[in-house]
Amino acid sequence: MAISPRYTREIPQRFRLEAQKFSCGKVSLSRRLICPDGCCHEFENITLKGTGTILTYTVIHIASDDFSKETPYAVAIVETDEGARITTQIVDCELEDIKIGCKVEIIFRKVSEEGDSGIINYGYKALLV
Amino acid sequence: MRDVAIIGVGLTKFGEHWDKGLRDLIAEASLNAIKDAGVEKLDSFYVASMSSGLYGFQEHLASVTADYTGLTGVPGTRVESACASGGLSVRSAFIEVASGMSDIVMAVGVEKMWDVEDGTFVLSTASDQEYEAYNGVTFPGLYAMMARAYMHKFGLTREELAAVPVKNHKHAVNNPYAQYPFELSLSGVLNSSMVADPLRLMDCSPITDGAAAVILCPLDRAKEFTDKPVKIRGIGSATGPIALHDHKELTKLDAVNTSAKRAYSMAGVNSSDISFVEVHDCFSIAEIIAAEELGFFEHGKGGKAIAEGQGTYGGKVVINPSGGLKAKGHPVGATGVAQVIEATLQLQQRADKRQIQNAKIGMTQNMGGSGGSSVVHILEAV
Amino acid sequence: MSGIVGYGSYVPSYRIKAATIAAQWGDDAATIERGLLLKEKSVPGRDEDTITIAIAAAKNALKRARISPDKIGAVYIGSESHPYAVKPSGTVLIDALGIGPYVHVADFEFACKAGSEAMFVAYSHVKSGNMEYALGIGADTSQGAPGDALEYSASAGGAAFIFGNNNVLAEVLHTTSFTSDTADFWRREYQHYPRHGGRFTGEPAYFKHILGAARNLLDISGMKASDFAYAVFHMPNGKFPLKAGETLGFTKAQMEQGWVVNLMGNTYSGSSPTGLSSIMDVAKPGDKIFMVSFGSGAGSDGFIFEATDKLPEVQDLAPKTRDIINGKKIYLDYGKYVAYRRKILYNK
Repeated sequence: MAISPRYTREIPQRFRLEAQKFSCGKVSLSRRLICPDGCCHEFENITLKGTGTILTYTVIHIASDDFSKETPYAVAIVETDEGARITTQIVDCELEDIKIGCKVEIIFRKVSEEGDSGIINYGYKALLV
Repeated sequence: MRDVAIIGVGLTKFGEHWDKGLRDLIAEASLNAIKDAGVEKLDSFYVASMSSGLYGFQEHLASVTADYTGLTGVPGTRVESACASGGLSVRSAFIEVASGMSDIVMAVGVEKMWDVEDGTFVLSTASDQEYEAYNGVTFPGLYAMMARAYMHKFGLTREELAAVPVKNHKHAVNNPYAQYPFELSLSGVLNSSMVADPLRLMDCSPITDGAAAVILCPLDRAKEFTDKPVKIRGIGSATGPIALHDHKELTKLDAVNTSAKRAYSMAGVNSSDISFVEVHDCFSIAEIIAAEELGFFEHGKGGKAIAEGQGTYGGKVVINPSGGLKAKGHPVGATGVAQVIEATLQLQQRADKRQIQNAKIGMTQNMGGSGGSSVVHILEAV
Repeated sequence: MSGIVGYGSYVPSYRIKAATIAAQWGDDAATIERGLLLKEKSVPGRDEDTITIAIAAAKNALKRARISPDKIGAVYIGSESHPYAVKPSGTVLIDALGIGPYVHVADFEFACKAGSEAMFVAYSHVKSGNMEYALGIGADTSQGAPGDALEYSASAGGAAFIFGNNNVLAEVLHTTSFTSDTADFWRREYQHYPRHGGRFTGEPAYFKHILGAARNLLDISGMKASDFAYAVFHMPNGKFPLKAGETLGFTKAQMEQGWVVNLMGNTYSGSSPTGLSSIMDVAKPGDKIFMVSFGSGAGSDGFIFEATDKLPEVQDLAPKTRDIINGKKIYLDYGKYVAYRRKILYNK
């Protein structure tokens, strides 16, 4: 679920994969004031290339209402080449082909809709390469 | 800090209570605990619920609790930490008594989960809304990813994983408060419907209505109320990242490890002193990883150990004598308190057919989300 | 010189065979395939729409243009299946690609020629010197009513063209447009599916406008069919564009490269643009390219391009159209197809 202000705020991250690389080396896609380890405030703005590796995954069979028409669908934790970690759907493939260690490409897709009259929520998903 | 004891417990049966609303459950558990303790009045209380707002559009639970338990005027505080809300409310009550601020303090946990259709969405609020739930991962999905990572790394088999719910159901047969007090076979687990691969329905704790309450007082006053006080010897609490993907290692739960170390340190004991533990088995894999983080098994070896019987009567440590979240039920906010109640009953020799022989020191571990928070209690029969 | 400085296309991976649709409705597959000259069509994934397709195509165009996205001064997406009735597809695209904020955006509509009109306007902006670069896209997730002939051909895909005056890959030599009010195919507001005039969509609509624009283009340019290396026409089915081309004197060999409909169906506003993209993938410097689109209602846009020596440098910088079309293919049964195409009613 998303509504306009919360949705719009995350556009640089979700649409363009704009991330932060902190001076300690940690990379975060979700926007932060301080690094995840709590040690540094300084960071560099980077844009993730959109390539990564699957660390683990599952196939969702029971989903919340927003996603119930799409089951079964795959979700994975992907580590991007820059070291950021994201949770994302893996699409356009046979579910059996998804394995830990698979390389993926991150692409722009529709994620959900707020019913028939609400806004369309776009974001990132991943393809096996 | 003064020593604190539990002097009374009360809970509702856990299950589907179509005829009982949120306030009915709170009142029933609270009044049962107050009666069990034999106290006349409370100085303060803490009420735990993960999501009374989303489940029933009711917040302001301190007021609701006081009003419907005949405690209007008594100071109350709502505590929330997703599924660790209950355990955290006990810790909060402990601090108020230990500090000397109050003498008789209640911690009551509740969840009324059967009033909504899309419970999956409500539970997803324990995860990262913008970077996990937004992308379609469910709560079982997060644990399924942990399970897959663990199975991949340590070779745990699907059958070994299933040993957890089978064991917990066996324990629940002797628990009159349990939602599902009947045995579950291995094939019953393996043939149940798929929820999030590899986790099936029988790997997942159920949707449950219920409430549970405990009454605390300073240890040196406990004998006024009971001849079997149970001392809270150690407490440890820790937070973890909100998103599973930000865990350093996907097969570990650092918050559980840290909260356990803090509890052991405060109690001055280690895992070999613990004869039973109520562990947060929201999903089968959670029990395995938590038991390892609590120090009962080496990292990567917990699954096989439990499958071999090390987690039941006669084994290394009895894990979830109550039946755990899986068979006893998991009314989210109540669970942490219910775990403390089971530990108390065991230590008071009131656990009837579930009684663990020579139970002197027990432990409870209550966890929020995918390891975003963890609260551990160590209790002792005195 | 003004022309195309970047181009790219995208076609979804899902497919449905004409034979699968025929089995559903009790049609004879062989007759359909012979009549339409197509065997299968592309289907958008559940999470794909005109916006996601346009973005994928435009990403490929940017790779070939090798310019910073914020230099683009206008973005026009032409489609008959914009996801919103009110809220432009183009605004999602600019934020996804880092274009703007100093950019003009509007969505175009003109049945199947909305894309080519978007291309023309983008071209006009740079030719007039109004701006350095402009982006015109044709993309669609076309709908055909269940059981209707259009169901066999209405498909999904799109192509994007960045126009500019520097490092031009294909110069625009001539353009034209031929339009009249012809109600051959339409959809009223609040109706789910378009309606069409059956055989009226042929001679009086498709051929009248395609030939009208094409003949004018040959006239104003003083060129003849044999001057061109490639020709591409709007492809509502396999047969019509070949017939139009023959009538004008083009050979099958000239039309082959751009004739993508037999592999992917008719992607409405993306049809001739995708064909053009396929031609750009192989054209050599000096090759002249003839393109005429068609949109019901009705009208045709005509373009004559000439490939420059810059084109071979960029062809390999992004996936080629026919490689995308022939790459990953996931076949759907009819049930999955109607679910993906949102033809099933749910409570919402």
